[in-house]
Amino acid sequence: MMQAFEYIRPGDVASAVALVSGDPTAEYLAGGTTQIDLMLKDGVLEPERLVDITRLPLRGITRDGDVLRVGALATLEELAADATVAERLPFVREALLAGASPQLRNMATIGGNILQRTRCRYFRDPAVASCNKRVPGSGCAAVGGAARMHAILGASEHCIALHASDLCVPLVALDAVAHIQGAGAQRSVPLTEFYLPPGDRPDVENVLEHGELVTGIEIPLLPAGTRSGYLKVRDRASYEFALTSAAVALAIGGGVITHARVALGGVGTIPWRAPQAEAVLRGAPVDAQTFRAAADAAIHDPFTVAGTAFKVELAKRTLVRILQTVAGGGSS
Amino acid sequence: MLKTMRGSSAEVDLTLRVNGSAQRLRLDSRVTLLDALRDRLDLTGTKKGCDQGACGACTVLVDGRRVLSCLTLAAQCDGREVTTIEGLSREGGLHPVQEAFIRHDGFQCGYCTPGQIMSAVALLAEGRAGSDEEIREFMSGNICRCGAYPNIVAAIREAAGQ
Repeated sequence: MMQAFEYIRPGDVASAVALVSGDPTAEYLAGGTTQIDLMLKDGVLEPERLVDITRLPLRGITRDGDVLRVGALATLEELAADATVAERLPFVREALLAGASPQLRNMATIGGNILQRTRCRYFRDPAVASCNKRVPGSGCAAVGGAARMHAILGASEHCIALHASDLCVPLVALDAVAHIQGAGAQRSVPLTEFYLPPGDRPDVENVLEHGELVTGIEIPLLPAGTRSGYLKVRDRASYEFALTSAAVALAIGGGVITHARVALGGVGTIPWRAPQAEAVLRGAPVDAQTFRAAADAAIHDPFTVAGTAFKVELAKRTLVRILQTVAGGGSS
Repeated sequence: MLKTMRGSSAEVDLTLRVNGSAQRLRLDSRVTLLDALRDRLDLTGTKKGCDQGACGACTVLVDGRRVLSCLTLAAQCDGREVTTIEGLSREGGLHPVQEAFIRHDGFQCGYCTPGQIMSAVALLAEGRAGSDEEIREFMSGNICRCGAYPNIVAAIREAAGQ
């Protein structure tokens, strides 16, 4: 069993941030669906102090004009049930419902989902010696291992660990912003700049300093007249991580695409925005040729290993399929 | 602020309201809700399957919402209302969902059954029994290795109609 840890449940955000910021061995606990797993079951995380933030007042979901403000401790289920999300962010709702079982959706928080750790089995098994994310400089066992669930974009021989969030795929497409509270100051970072591609430091996953707390996110609503959809391809019909997925929002006028947002899941070391695909779509006619060209632009310079080579074509077809569905009015 | 001491045996004092009765416990901070229920309170109806949040056998209700007790620290539930399979029966009689599972033979080995039933009870409260397809999707977090799924769906469909 893992080492004992001090359990603390502070009453306010400032105390929580101070407790973690002042102690390099301290970590936050929210819904626990990643943290408890990695601590008690896998033995990957070994904090000496665990700061339970689940009762801090960071739960609310409120609409402010064309922006939805979501507290970091709102659960996946609460966000999926929100009326504004259903009406103005339908592909966010689809990603949430496809993302986990009802039990996990009742536990997992929005902040925790954004900060979830990879499902890479080599990262999650301390008996595996080579993992640059867990032990910097030790190599990557996944590159030569069983890699069906791994990344092809932003990947390299240093690390092919996937960011497995479904929710984050539409969030990066929407230019959602994370609000962050540090010991000294607050700051806001767009999710497209929040994640750091692994490069040769896969252990550094995002811009957060130790002790900084994500207190909420801000999601710009889709303009009226925009349609969106999320398609997740997986090995079973439900309750499974994505092999590939795509989040798409389109506005169409006079047979031409006037507005496009595209992001991919199941393929990136970070939630993967595809601006090259958006550039192909913008101003282009709504036809199969446009969609295929967008897919080819989205999956550029992939890094594949034996287990992930199939994802290049699957990811393209996933994107084409959801573009067809959304353009045809088949989604919401 | 609730706080444990740092050291080799960090303990936490808490109160769980389990199936309507208050239980005061002193536990190691590492103890999950699942282990507290089974090993400290002798409520062994809640099952330990994968113990990693993948199978749903440990499903219980916390403040009325279904959660996985294997990925929940007992300390997190301080003051919360916990309902387990033992808390479903009413004055000695079975809960309608339990009766429906028996009538439709919604199990084989039975190990996943308490989790299936707790999840089904929550599903009905959530209003997610509109179709067989919806029942399947909203029961997807509960794995049955015996493959009793068709009978589980039939039991939930019947319980929803009552």
